Amino acid sequence: MKTHPSGFEPRIIGFLCNWCAYTGADLAGVSRMKYAPNIRILRVMCTGRVDPSFILRAFQLGAEGVLIAGCHPGDCHYQEGNYKALRRATLLRKMLAQFGIEPQRLRLEWISASEGERLRDVVNEFTEQVRRLGPLHAEVLRREPIAA
Amino acid sequence: MQLKWEDTAINGNGNNGARIGVYICHCGTNIAGKVDVNAVVESVANLPGVVIAREYKYMCSDPGQELIVQDAKEFDLNRVVVASCSPHLHELTFRRATANAGKNPYLMHMVNIREHVSWVTDDPASATEKSKKLVKAAVQRIFWHEKLEPRRFPVNPNVLIVGGGIAGIHAALTLASAGKQVYLVERKPTIGGHMAQFDKTFPTLDCAACILTPKMTAVRQHPNIHLMTYSEVSEVSGFVGNFKVKVKRYPRYIDEEKCIGCLECIEACVYKEGKYVNEFDLGLGKRKPIYMPFPQAVPPVPVIDPATCIEFKSHKCPKGCMEVCGDRDAIDFAQKVQEVELEVGTVIMATGFKTFDPNRVPQYGYGKFSNVYTSLEVERLVNASGPTLGQVVMRDGRRPESIGVLHCIGSRDENTNKYCSRVCCMYSLKLAHLLKEKTGAHIYNFYIDMRTPGKGFEEFYKRVLEEGVSMIRGKVAEVSAWPQSPAEEGKLILRVEDTLLGVVRRIPVDMVVLSVGMEPHADVAEVRRLFNLGCSVEGWFLERHPKLAPVDTFTDGIFLAGCNQGPKDIPDTVAQAGAAAAQSMALIDKRYVEMDPNTAWIDEELCSGCHVCVAMCPYTAIHFDAEKKVAVLNEALCKGCGTCVAACPSGAAQQNLFRDEQLFAEVEGVLV
Repeated sequence: MKTHPSGFEPRIIGFLCNWCAYTGADLAGVSRMKYAPNIRILRVMCTGRVDPSFILRAFQLGAEGVLIAGCHPGDCHYQEGNYKALRRATLLRKMLAQFGIEPQRLRLEWISASEGERLRDVVNEFTEQVRRLGPLHAEVLRREPIAA
Repeated sequence: MQLKWEDTAINGNGNNGARIGVYICHCGTNIAGKVDVNAVVESVANLPGVVIAREYKYMCSDPGQELIVQDAKEFDLNRVVVASCSPHLHELTFRRATANAGKNPYLMHMVNIREHVSWVTDDPASATEKSKKLVKAAVQRIFWHEKLEPRRFPVNPNVLIVGGGIAGIHAALTLASAGKQVYLVERKPTIGGHMAQFDKTFPTLDCAACILTPKMTAVRQHPNIHLMTYSEVSEVSGFVGNFKVKVKRYPRYIDEEKCIGCLECIEACVYKEGKYVNEFDLGLGKRKPIYMPFPQAVPPVPVIDPATCIEFKSHKCPKGCMEVCGDRDAIDFAQKVQEVELEVGTVIMATGFKTFDPNRVPQYGYGKFSNVYTSLEVERLVNASGPTLGQVVMRDGRRPESIGVLHCIGSRDENTNKYCSRVCCMYSLKLAHLLKEKTGAHIYNFYIDMRTPGKGFEEFYKRVLEEGVSMIRGKVAEVSAWPQSPAEEGKLILRVEDTLLGVVRRIPVDMVVLSVGMEPHADVAEVRRLFNLGCSVEGWFLERHPKLAPVDTFTDGIFLAGCNQGPKDIPDTVAQAGAAAAQSMALIDKRYVEMDPNTAWIDEELCSGCHVCVAMCPYTAIHFDAEKKVAVLNEALCKGCGTCVAACPSGAAQQNLFRDEQLFAEVEGVLV
């Protein structure tokens, strides 16, 4: 695993759906596959639950990358939630660009319950990509939300 | 939403703020070997709300769970965080422990620091840091947990079994004798599956039909089994305990109730001889348009094939079949596709396998040379009720004096299927024995490894060796008909590296048997969508856990039996079918299922009536109340995906166990 010349280690949040991606990550664990430790995996029942405001909040609090991983199209445990996630992610990427956040920092992947290897590869690749993108620009990073 | 989490020590549910117990499990050395558990304990011990933080060797053990119970009393805890393995393994365990401690089980949250941290991280420092952050996130999340009750639904005692091979038959008989009503749906016109096509089974050389047909008859006669052959499942909806299934029943143009199985209609058919490909005999034999798949078929009712029957083409056939049936009047050309609706509580998938298509490996000459056969075709050849009445006569009419049996066709191969198909070595030895017995020919078995792990298997191998079958260690590279010496004229030549002798050999034989591996059915992608099942990379239905839950799937209430979960032989198939029946029975006899209450709800006060959520719900659980002008959610229909919650612009929709507040708290916890 390469290190950024400045030693920068990105923080990545992953929203993984319970039925496919989270189980795939469990499989990667059971198979003792090693991947970059930068990712913090949070469980949701379906990627359709992922509210764009979670992603924005993550960037706001300093995450350098956000991964959403769910079931392959057609395989969603709840029929269509992953399609909703796809639509939201697509729209959100456009908004992120306007905030000054590179759209590549938001990644959507389809990972099935038997694809432990794929999860490892996606996490490693995404971590490396975000590492090369570097830290978020200072003006984007605001620790405190704007007072309501 | 302001989220100063020091403020989140909510006085929820009548408690004076959250009092959290945090437990970091060592899991032996699984976690502790990589993560510094003491450092994690230290990092969380002083977080707001945390009253006690401990590490323990095995939290899932009885003393581990007892710790939670004791601490709950001593420290007056009202929230519990357990950092250990995947919630898929022990969420239920720790919910129960929390309940035993007298607290609501949904005031417990698990952190996965094993599958997601200690097992996947090289560097201990990073693993420890990651664990600290994840536990902190859970501590922050749990402030927002509330007391919830699990949802209970009754379980319909009927069972649907898809597939009528030996797996489906065995499961059906087991469940039926336990008093459950079983619907057995089979897409072919007869049950029996592949086992009905075999001649003898290894290692005992039991006649397959002799041991199978009594079970097939028992299925037909059992009052609790409702057999639907020539039928397919077309739609599945519902959930565990409450499935609604639509089955399409294709017309065989003969009334099953009226037919007495005399078979005179087949005799009387205008076609005096079979002319069309007999599917059961894999094209080695011919059948008439009206036919019985095999003599012991169940139900013992013939089938009319509309693609080949003259009556369907010209409507002018003299219909000798109807004439000879007489006043039994069982033949009905007006039969139509029927759709049947079933309500069942559990489903067992027993859809079996197909064999590897040897056309994918053209170097073996299948289809090019007429005397190259697949193993399944040879089963039909040696079978006394097969197309050659058990005589080993090849397609060109000759009888073989030398036969090559080629192991591992399509299997253990980077180019086709990587896996070992488990049964082929044994059935190759069996076929070698049967062919030797019937023909006296010189038999060669070409193998990579000889895999004979079961009871009596190694002894069978020794027996076949002693019968004089030649075993050559080397996978055959090609089958050709290009002679390079007079001895090779008119023969099929096998080119193989004999790895024990260390030379490449050319071995001329009369007949080649390709030991093809097992594969999932061609339509497995559609079938799994119907039932909402996962598949492995190769296409086998995915079991919930390869060791501890080999018959469960990730869809509660649907179980697996037989080769559709992976290649296996008949004893293992029967064992697995029994296991699936047992799991099914366990659900039925419990009478109810408990589901996590992770349903959504809509706050009427906050709802602005924008309609966005109504169309989002795949289960149509939300409707719009035109009077109140708000969206209303039917909790009984909600499956808990949370899509409506993410879509709601006013925050009126929320999901229990996955509230916005809880998820925001987690996001903060891992980052700040």
